[in-house]
Amino acid sequence: MINLTINGKQISVAEGTTILEAAKQNNIDIPNLCYLEGVHKFGSCRICVVEVEGARNLQASCMVPAREGMVVKTNTEKVRKARKLLYELILSDHPKDCLSCERNKSCELQELGDRLGVTEARFEGERSKSLEDFSPSITRDMSKCILCRRCITVCNEIQNVGILNAQNRGFKTVIGPAMDIPLNTVNCAYCGQCTAVCPVGALKETDAIQDVWKAINDKNKRVVVQVAPAIRAAIGEEFGLAPGTLVTGKLAAALREMGFDDVFDTNFTADLTIIEEGTEFLTRVKNALTGGEAALPMITSCSPGWVKHVEHSFPQELDHLSTCKSPHTMLGALAKSYYANKIKVDPRDMYVVSIMPCTAKKFEISRPEMQNNGVPNVDAVLTTRELAKMIKEAGIDFVNLKDIQFDNPLGLSSGAADIFGVTGGVTEAALRTVYELVTGRELPFAKLHVTPVVGLEQIKTADILIENPVEAYKFLDGFTVKVAVTSGLKGAKILLDQIAKGQSPYHFIEVMGCPGGCISGGGQPRPTTPEIRKKRLEAIYQADEGKQLRKSHENEYITKLYEEFLKKPNGHKSHELLHTHYTQRGKFNEYLSK
Amino acid sequence: MSCSEKTSQCCCGEESEQQKYDRIAEVIEKYKNREGSLIQVLHLAQSIYGYLPLELQKFIAEGIDKPLSEVSGVVTFYSFFSTEPRGEHTIRVCLGTACYVRGGKKIVDRLEEILDVKVGGTTKDRKFTFEVARCIGACGLAPAMMIDDVVYKQVNPDKLEAILAKY
Repeated sequence: MINLTINGKQISVAEGTTILEAAKQNNIDIPNLCYLEGVHKFGSCRICVVEVEGARNLQASCMVPAREGMVVKTNTEKVRKARKLLYELILSDHPKDCLSCERNKSCELQELGDRLGVTEARFEGERSKSLEDFSPSITRDMSKCILCRRCITVCNEIQNVGILNAQNRGFKTVIGPAMDIPLNTVNCAYCGQCTAVCPVGALKETDAIQDVWKAINDKNKRVVVQVAPAIRAAIGEEFGLAPGTLVTGKLAAALREMGFDDVFDTNFTADLTIIEEGTEFLTRVKNALTGGEAALPMITSCSPGWVKHVEHSFPQELDHLSTCKSPHTMLGALAKSYYANKIKVDPRDMYVVSIMPCTAKKFEISRPEMQNNGVPNVDAVLTTRELAKMIKEAGIDFVNLKDIQFDNPLGLSSGAADIFGVTGGVTEAALRTVYELVTGRELPFAKLHVTPVVGLEQIKTADILIENPVEAYKFLDGFTVKVAVTSGLKGAKILLDQIAKGQSPYHFIEVMGCPGGCISGGGQPRPTTPEIRKKRLEAIYQADEGKQLRKSHENEYITKLYEEFLKKPNGHKSHELLHTHYTQRGKFNEYLSK
Repeated sequence: MSCSEKTSQCCCGEESEQQKYDRIAEVIEKYKNREGSLIQVLHLAQSIYGYLPLELQKFIAEGIDKPLSEVSGVVTFYSFFSTEPRGEHTIRVCLGTACYVRGGKKIVDRLEEILDVKVGGTTKDRKFTFEVARCIGACGLAPAMMIDDVVYKQVNPDKLEAILAKY
């Protein structure tokens, strides 16, 4: 332990703790801006400066480790003046149109100014000029950028994609893709993790709010909405509820009040995904074991950020991806066929909105594969944050809403569907069904949780031994299914490198593009700290365990869907509506240049 | 391979695009496993190719397995690297203190007129790249300018056309 004094208070902290962290652990709050717990320690903004006895200059407390006998003062006149001055200098190159900025009242720069007691902008000078850069998922407005570089850290070190870096020099510095070319021309996965950490309005999701209001107000449109599993565990935060508060019923009620005609649940098609993907997996394994051709390991395809990333990074390995569309596009496809037919609505008059924790889904719906008969499966994607804004705009008292249920036939779901929102969840959900289908027995884990793949580690693995299978799966007797699970694109590279070298020991791999899975997706409420991520994860498992129905194949509406419409898993109708194919893209470009 | 990697005005005109890329590939091969060698690779690549267009940056990024945005970040940070073709000759007008007070700015203005490019640009015929320098160490000769390695002293803006005609 290290002993030091901060503001006259004797404290001791573990070795390697920075002054900022040491202070925080002892309830001394040092104002800061670019620092982001567990993610970004860079010292770029210098707001967190403190006085250290014996040091010539003020020290950036987020960078300097606590040392034995150190005497630190965080709140002297000198420190306060310096902070204010630094803040004013940042402000001198920042627009002051806060009232019409989408981060108004959720802006870290604004909040800091208030906290530092800044009441005037003394410095006016040249301003960085920049045009907004629109991509299908993410909008960049670099005139608002304060060069904190958090986005660079998440894009390079956390996600290992490396789209964003500092370009040019000095006053001309801009954070962006190579030579500041537009985002939609590069190999961005659109995961949106940068939008989740941006302290100001420089990086944000591309707006779909206006389109959705327009559709809701259009009398001739049947407007269908669906909600991803991870939303119910997070959106409460936007309304002041504690992280990890499960608000499924309120969420459905809010959507109903907003004026959506049908309030469906993407969970329903998560259950369907398990049937389709599970069947596909068993077919591949059977082919492999009986001497046929089959690309194993099979990799999940529900995360569109991951899908676009693998299309750029490993274009030769795309046959490993499951051909299943992601659950929300499956639901869109079914709404505009199965359901439209039931209620006698022309699919062209139906407008499907997906509420997603994800920015990559905004790009996904624009893919040419995500339409049937020239009609897009999904018309608009709103992030969790965007939906929260709309609920507020509609004047709905979210916290006091009375719980309601989702509509059927695309609304009922099992607990297996809930856990799609968290890393390891798709694997567990698949195993609950596949194991039972193959052996006739329930998956042998306490509370059905495949504990080795639960949690927030980068790569998790499990071995599932198949013994005494039912007659149809005799070929699997004694076979050990090896699964690997990763979340975040850094871990995915490790698993894909193994595949590219022909050395992957696995049969099934689950990849979610964001660290921790959809609970910390790029479209989720800000901030996502390690603590908040854990709380959302717990809420997801709470949703699962709170249900009688825990396995996808026991969902009666899924059974009915096959009887009435799809006929059989991986059948002709399924392939037409629920499966897709992938595109080889260039390593740094949208398409291969050769 | 007759060209030295170090000369910036080598036999570029005689070498095919493919030959240049092949030589850059050799450079990448030599440096790719050495930590912190990006600047060196870019330096050599620019001396072979003349400048560093985005396509070439992609080739380098792929070769040394770094994000393109990181490579371009370095290219755009250092003024020595150029992402546009450079002229046959480089003009550098000194705007150090002595040259500035003795009328360096007037030389810049006049050259912009004659060459029809702004500072940092290259003429349409690719003859000249026009830059300014902060001090070339010839304060006694102010206002001074350089074309390639030749220093011109006490430059009179009216005589610029005559000087350029030599090239």
